[in-house]
Amino acid sequence: MGKTLFDKIWDSHIVMSKPGHPDAVYINTHFIHEVTSPQAFDGLRKRGIPVFRPAKTRATADHNVPTMDQHLPIKEALSRMQVEMLTKNTAEFGVELYGLGHPYQGIVHVIGPELGITLPGMTIVCGDSHTSTHGAFGAIAFGIGTSEVEQVLATQCILQYKPKRMKIEVNGVLKSGVLSKDIILYIISKISASGATGYFVEYAGEAIRNLSMEARMTICNMSIEMGARGGMIAPDQVTFDYIKGREFAPKGADWDKALEYWKTLYSDADAQFDQVLTFDAADIEPQITYGTNPGMGMGITQQIPSLDQIDEKEVPSFRKSLDYMDLQPGAPLLGKKIDYVFIGSCTNSRIEDLRLVADFVKGKQKAKDVVVWIVPGSKQVEAQAIAEGLDKVLTAAGFQLREPGCSACLGMNEDKVPAGMYCISTSNRNFEGRQGPNARTFLASPLTAAAAAITGRVTDVRELV
Amino acid sequence: MSKIFQHLVSTAVPVPIENIDTDQIIPARFLKATTREGFGENLFRDWRYEADNTPKADFVLNNPIYSGKILVAGKNFGCGSSREHAAWAIADYGFKVVVSSFFADIFKNNALNNFILPITVSEGFLDKIFTAIEKDPKTELEVDLENQFIKIKATGEQENFDINPYKKTCLLNGYDDIDYLLSLRSDIEKYEQSRPFNF
Repeated sequence: MGKTLFDKIWDSHIVMSKPGHPDAVYINTHFIHEVTSPQAFDGLRKRGIPVFRPAKTRATADHNVPTMDQHLPIKEALSRMQVEMLTKNTAEFGVELYGLGHPYQGIVHVIGPELGITLPGMTIVCGDSHTSTHGAFGAIAFGIGTSEVEQVLATQCILQYKPKRMKIEVNGVLKSGVLSKDIILYIISKISASGATGYFVEYAGEAIRNLSMEARMTICNMSIEMGARGGMIAPDQVTFDYIKGREFAPKGADWDKALEYWKTLYSDADAQFDQVLTFDAADIEPQITYGTNPGMGMGITQQIPSLDQIDEKEVPSFRKSLDYMDLQPGAPLLGKKIDYVFIGSCTNSRIEDLRLVADFVKGKQKAKDVVVWIVPGSKQVEAQAIAEGLDKVLTAAGFQLREPGCSACLGMNEDKVPAGMYCISTSNRNFEGRQGPNARTFLASPLTAAAAAITGRVTDVRELV
Repeated sequence: MSKIFQHLVSTAVPVPIENIDTDQIIPARFLKATTREGFGENLFRDWRYEADNTPKADFVLNNPIYSGKILVAGKNFGCGSSREHAAWAIADYGFKVVVSSFFADIFKNNALNNFILPITVSEGFLDKIFTAIEKDPKTELEVDLENQFIKIKATGEQENFDINPYKKTCLLNGYDDIDYLLSLRSDIEKYEQSRPFNF
């Protein structure tokens, strides 16, 4: 019987597999950031052991960093301490750091791919649930806790039980105005925020094949929002073209050898999945969430479910969620006034996202009462945007182009949405308080967010293009 | 942090809400500490306190009739961010066991790595626990890891739960994963030499 893509990679990374034990899996690349690593380094110190393979770990500062005046010391004392701790730990243990001021600094899931560190066939972990992003390259990539960060630092391995495998096929062709963000929000709304728990997902089908690498990363990024351990897409020519020539990608004979291997990375025709789901791209319209988990989403022209459409047991949680959002069951969202627009995060802050938004807003003006933050994913994205003149287009439309970081996705820095305000956001989570205490989040694509920035209201972008 | 879990009899604190994400368990703005201690203060911070830090009377942790070392929650507990701070907050507050009908994967690993036992029960048994606690907040639950059961003491109703044998051994004896991985050092080096690529 054939193997799935997941099995091919997993099986070739087993260091030890004992009955009754989780597998010891070798990790090719480990990313760390300032929030989930300090306690792991402390653990090494307590045990008196070094980082086993320091060259296989790369660090950046992203969660806490300000997105204005990054050349100045961080104002907030605890954030500054955490970033300084990362500098100290990486220096002490010999780990490469792309810290503030470094031309490679940025959101960990943006810089890995753009530097050519993320490659097909790899195992990749990071103390961050959106590590699933890197699966877009045909890698096994997943988020881990800090105890597991310590495991990887100490041994370059992690103990894991093999998850079940799920295939999600999206067939057909996307309609105009519909982006990869809409595909993943649609899937999550159909299978719920826990619909893929226990599984590793492979995305396949014509609609996925037709996507750019940036768009594929957006899909894999949100795998965790339906509970999946990770998501992946088999590498193809689009993948190889994206990687070739990047800073840390293999070169010369190494490239040829790697490419030969990467071309074997696909699920065999007779491979068995534990579950297969199929969707039709033609059914997908621009999406928006109305509740407080990413499964609470709908097509932008639809109405919030009414109470009689909700399973009786789930009514209290549904009500709690709508109370938080101050929305009514059965109501539409189109035309709802919004206060903030956030375009950024590891989901949608790559150069393609910025190009798309700049192209759409060219010659338009943001609505008067709306604050629009656009936060590039990395220094390299920022530099590219400026080189292409996107900054001028965005600034002319009244958008603030800020400096790279996780920013208002989770509001660990100053970029918080004030209490009670509505933010349409290209990030990945609409949890209570995620963007700031009592802030209210609508998740959507960069185009839907940009359309709302122009009208000041939840808008069907297809009416503006 | 106690590094052993074997048996526990305790009252329980009910939070009958589904999809409790790790941002609710510990909001991001409290992730700035660089040690594992002290997160219990901010467990369920925004459900527990008003913006001006006054306790919200209607939240269960502020209701003195509920107490104990067992947290009982609705399905899909611990979804969202991989932050282990959520497990640290639960441990630091004093919980040893979390009971739900469904756990998110990363949270489950994080809990076990901190010697907190996540127990998955059927939806029916979860309802029975909630009902028993609603009737009598002093309802005691018994958790026996060796024999893998959870029991409502007053009624004698019980259910067996699954745990993988490796993690069970770790909890019963206080072993951690790094000790085991460090013992594989020569296997890891052998594996590295066998890889055909330099990545």
